[in-house]
Amino acid sequence: MPDSAARIIAVAMSGGVDSSVVAGLLQRQGAPVVGMTMQLWNQRRLPELIPEGGAVGRCCSLDDVYDARYVASILGIPYYVVNFEERFEEQVVKPFVEEYLAGRTPIPCAQCNNFIKFDQFLEMADGVGAEQIATGHYARLSFNPATERYEMRTSVDANKDQTYFLFGLTQAQLARTLFPLGGMAKPQVRDLAKELGLPVAEKHDSQEICFVPGGDYANFIKAYLAEQGRELPDGTGEIVDTAGRVVGEHAGTHRFTVGQRRGLGVAAGEPLYVISTDPSTRRVQVGRDRELMRDSLIAGGVNWLSIASPTEAREAQVKIRNKHAPAVATLVPTGDPERVEVRFRQPQRAVTPGQAAVFYNGDLVLGGGWIV
Amino acid sequence: MHRPGQAARQHLESARRTVAGFLGASATEIVFTSGGTEANNLAILGMVRGLPCARKHVVTTPIEHPSVLECVRQLGREGVDVSVVDAADIEQTLREETVLVSVMHANNETGAIHPVREVAAFVGRRRQGGQTIYLHSDGVQAAGKIPVDVRELGVDLYSLSAHKVFAPKGVGALYVRKGTPLRGIQYGGRHERERRAGTENVPAAMAFARAVELSDGAATLERLRDNFETALLKRLPWVEMNGAGQERLPNTSNVLFRGISGEGLVIALDLQNMAVSTGAACSSGSIEPSHVLLAMGRSREEARSSVRFSFGRYNTAAEIAALVDATAKAAEKLRKEEKLLAG
Repeated sequence: MPDSAARIIAVAMSGGVDSSVVAGLLQRQGAPVVGMTMQLWNQRRLPELIPEGGAVGRCCSLDDVYDARYVASILGIPYYVVNFEERFEEQVVKPFVEEYLAGRTPIPCAQCNNFIKFDQFLEMADGVGAEQIATGHYARLSFNPATERYEMRTSVDANKDQTYFLFGLTQAQLARTLFPLGGMAKPQVRDLAKELGLPVAEKHDSQEICFVPGGDYANFIKAYLAEQGRELPDGTGEIVDTAGRVVGEHAGTHRFTVGQRRGLGVAAGEPLYVISTDPSTRRVQVGRDRELMRDSLIAGGVNWLSIASPTEAREAQVKIRNKHAPAVATLVPTGDPERVEVRFRQPQRAVTPGQAAVFYNGDLVLGGGWIV
Repeated sequence: MHRPGQAARQHLESARRTVAGFLGASATEIVFTSGGTEANNLAILGMVRGLPCARKHVVTTPIEHPSVLECVRQLGREGVDVSVVDAADIEQTLREETVLVSVMHANNETGAIHPVREVAAFVGRRRQGGQTIYLHSDGVQAAGKIPVDVRELGVDLYSLSAHKVFAPKGVGALYVRKGTPLRGIQYGGRHERERRAGTENVPAAMAFARAVELSDGAATLERLRDNFETALLKRLPWVEMNGAGQERLPNTSNVLFRGISGEGLVIALDLQNMAVSTGAACSSGSIEPSHVLLAMGRSREEARSSVRFSFGRYNTAAEIAALVDATAKAAEKLRKEEKLLAG
């Protein structure tokens, strides 16, 4: 790792406990620290989504900015709010909506990391004189002199590991990034917050997609399209079983994701799950649990992170969603360097287009791509 | 009644005389407020709500401070007709039922000076013709930087903010020409000749008066500003001055750094202890594109790339030189970054 002393570090501060501890830790180590909060989304734009009695969604709420500013003042570091709303809408919100309408299940957090936090924020930091950035992500970074590559490893706190959302980062981005919490467990981070005298030690972890209040993405999509003067395309249609028989009707393909069981409204002898959705025919296909199993997938837009692009097939463990136990698989190169075929040793349940397939070798993050 | 109370009253009235003198007004025409925003609220809401006319129409311009624009919008919700037009179009927008025109004296972001005197002339002609019509001007940014004489300007209401002349924040004043039927907008006290209920902030009014006494001419400011612009253009020939073609305040320079983030430049300079600004801060403290620059025809992109430099009487030539150097270096660095980003 390069020596970080005496170089200005810009800390991305959300107002939560993790990024607050990052700022406090780096400052205690003697680094000149500047705190910045990214203003990404204005919740007042879609007021109908805010339930009565206050905001549930946490994205860029004034309370969080207040907390971040307060933490910065306790630490005595310069602090700024930077407005990336336009870029966030273009690169994260719009693709999120379009992906759902196209029948996929997107991961806006990974997009945000690729296009906002480790791109625009990094550039802003550099422009104002901070050569490095630090965030509260749970992941570990190190430099391997033998391969001359930065390597990313999973967090020691397996529950908090966020490498699934970070597979798209490049060597140039890793070279300027610090993840000071990757070697810690969450309770340790909370203890540190108390020790540093930070008033956010007991704050709850954020869970959902930050700009979707209450996690109701279907409502968000409807409200956002209405704001843009667009109508939600009529996605209502038939629910069919794997034999092609119509077994019911549904209120819109974008309301369903592969593997989903709830909300189908179809009575059957055994539990039925969504096998696939097809916006072009407006059909939702359902089937039994075993019909959800797949023994391979194609990952597109693949990024190799800790290793160079392999030319031959290799073994790896692959996660197909964030809370998935990595499954042993063979990564088979295709003619296209950005496309990799993943062949699982054991069939995997609910391979979902739009989610990421992230490749690991033990704790080392090899890379990943988008399930097509 | 008691003497300590009388002493406080004397201090307040002495301050009122000083502030009145600063504007060429008489003391009874000055209402102390909590600042420029309250002065604008009092002028617009108090004036229009208090008039007995059945139909009311209000005219203002798009580059006003939010404390003017939002008051006018509120009147719109209360059933008043509202027109927001460029200063040049005010005259043709006036109607028989127009009761108030509010036009900023000088803009806070670009320094552009508005032809308030001309507006006063045609408003005055209508009044002579028997129309109930009044003229308000937001002078928060102009007072102290250019000479202001409210009688010569011909306004009925004129707003001031004390911190713009180096007094503490939290105090301001509204000039209310004698005979103007302004009604208060808060209730529960007969202070300030029944125009502003609430205990007077005596020490703040005294500080306001003292700052007014210390304020002096604008010649030095203009020289600082012009030196800054000349030196900056020499270092960065690609920048543009927003509003440079107009008559403007001597202390303000609004620079378009095309292709770079104004926000980044503000942060880079702040980290070197130089305080400049861009646009208007939203509630979170981040910066939104300036509505003033947008109204002037700049794009959102250009507005985001614009930075406002304001100079004060305590700035020195050495500070200006350091500012030019730091600005040029930071802008070049940001431009390089953004090119990489775009590429």
